[in-house]
Amino acid sequence: MNRRFFNRFFASALIVAGIGGAQAALAATAPDELIRTVATDVQTIVKQDKAIQSGDMRKTLELIDAKVLPNFDFARMTSLAVGRDWRSATPAQKTDLTAEFRTLLVRSYANAIVRFKDHQITVKPLKLKPEDTEVTVRSEVRKAGSPPDSVDYTLYKKGEEWKVYDVAVAGVSLITNYRDAFGEEIKAGGIDGLIKSLRTKNAQNAAGGEGAAKK
Amino acid sequence: MRASIFAAALCLLMQAMPAAAQTADPIEPFNRAMYSFNDGLDRVALKPLAQGYAAAVPLPARVGFGNFINNFRDIPNAINNLLQGKLGEAASDVGRIALNSTFGILGVIDVASEFGLERHNEDFGQTLGRWGVASGPYVVLPLLGPSTLRDTAALPVDYYTGGRHLVIESVAVRNSLSGLEVVNDRANLLDAEKALDEAALDKYVFIRNFYLQRRLNLVYDGNPPRPKGDDDVWDETDAAPDASAKDKE
Repeated sequence: MNRRFFNRFFASALIVAGIGGAQAALAATAPDELIRTVATDVQTIVKQDKAIQSGDMRKTLELIDAKVLPNFDFARMTSLAVGRDWRSATPAQKTDLTAEFRTLLVRSYANAIVRFKDHQITVKPLKLKPEDTEVTVRSEVRKAGSPPDSVDYTLYKKGEEWKVYDVAVAGVSLITNYRDAFGEEIKAGGIDGLIKSLRTKNAQNAAGGEGAAKK
Repeated sequence: MRASIFAAALCLLMQAMPAAAQTADPIEPFNRAMYSFNDGLDRVALKPLAQGYAAAVPLPARVGFGNFINNFRDIPNAINNLLQGKLGEAASDVGRIALNSTFGILGVIDVASEFGLERHNEDFGQTLGRWGVASGPYVVLPLLGPSTLRDTAALPVDYYTGGRHLVIESVAVRNSLSGLEVVNDRANLLDAEKALDEAALDKYVFIRNFYLQRRLNLVYDGNPPRPKGDDDVWDETDAAPDASAKDKE
């Protein structure tokens, strides 16, 4: 009895300790559990939030900022997408590239989460070995009446936390998919050229430009 | 029989062209022109048609039609799984056809999936890939869109293993079915389109990479060999950009 009370007290104390604390608690969990929790949380919130459902971009981005982004390592993601040329980039360029690429990806993700609202997401259990430092968590997104799409997350262990650095949809890795496009931009205009292209693209997206992509 | 001779000839052809596919897209100017042509045609004809179709036909009917088409697609799935030596998968495909054609009312309801017989995605291009034939250069086909030399060469086999010409006698019915299939497939992509517009720096490059990666993934049924050299870049620079991981603009 006493113990139960104590547990409950302890739990409320943890909740009071705040959102920051929750983040840390999340990060320590196993990779598959992490993905499952984030996916479920996001889906639950989107289902309840009429503003997000009707396309309120600011609110959607806030949700992503709070729930999803802390579990990603965009610097690593960007370095792998840029590939060989990453080495020749200055620290300032690396920061810019990372920020712009992140904005681009977050925007795409923001559009996707509303569409995924009623889809059934199944995160497959992962056999994690203690010595693992890199894992792929597989999941399936199923829309009523269609075959499931696979969504695979690649994570690595950064200190005690697991961070996502690649996502593959239907077997297509984000990193690999951007690598060619980035390579061509760099060949044409150097690292700064790529930064500029990303910036332009993000500005177009923010303006809600129809037919924003250049051909 | 003809198919296997054809395949053998194709294998020779592919081996005769050594790893020229260093750049996956040697005929990019042609491909870009084809892409623009297809894109233009899509904008004026197929997309409006698909939008009208999506608006007019209720979702359950579209799902039912999709299942009906997929029931046919299970025939080449079974044949190609057999050709790739995946007997269990091939048997499962045959089971799917049997269940869906009967209990699923000519395939309109995908009962087999409810029974845990999952649908596969196979075609002769994948079979050739499994047999070791390289994909060859990327090719954008008029009307049909993204492909590779290998996958294009496999198309006639896909047509003959599709089985429709055996089951449906009337050419007119077959053609209308194919037409409706194209519109239905296009309607399913309407949602994804905005995402593509926003995510791609260059739509042509984005679609090309997506197609090539997707095909590689399908050839290996979801477990393609990991490309080498992915991590070298990171290892050398691990420490440098760490601060930017937490940056806020």
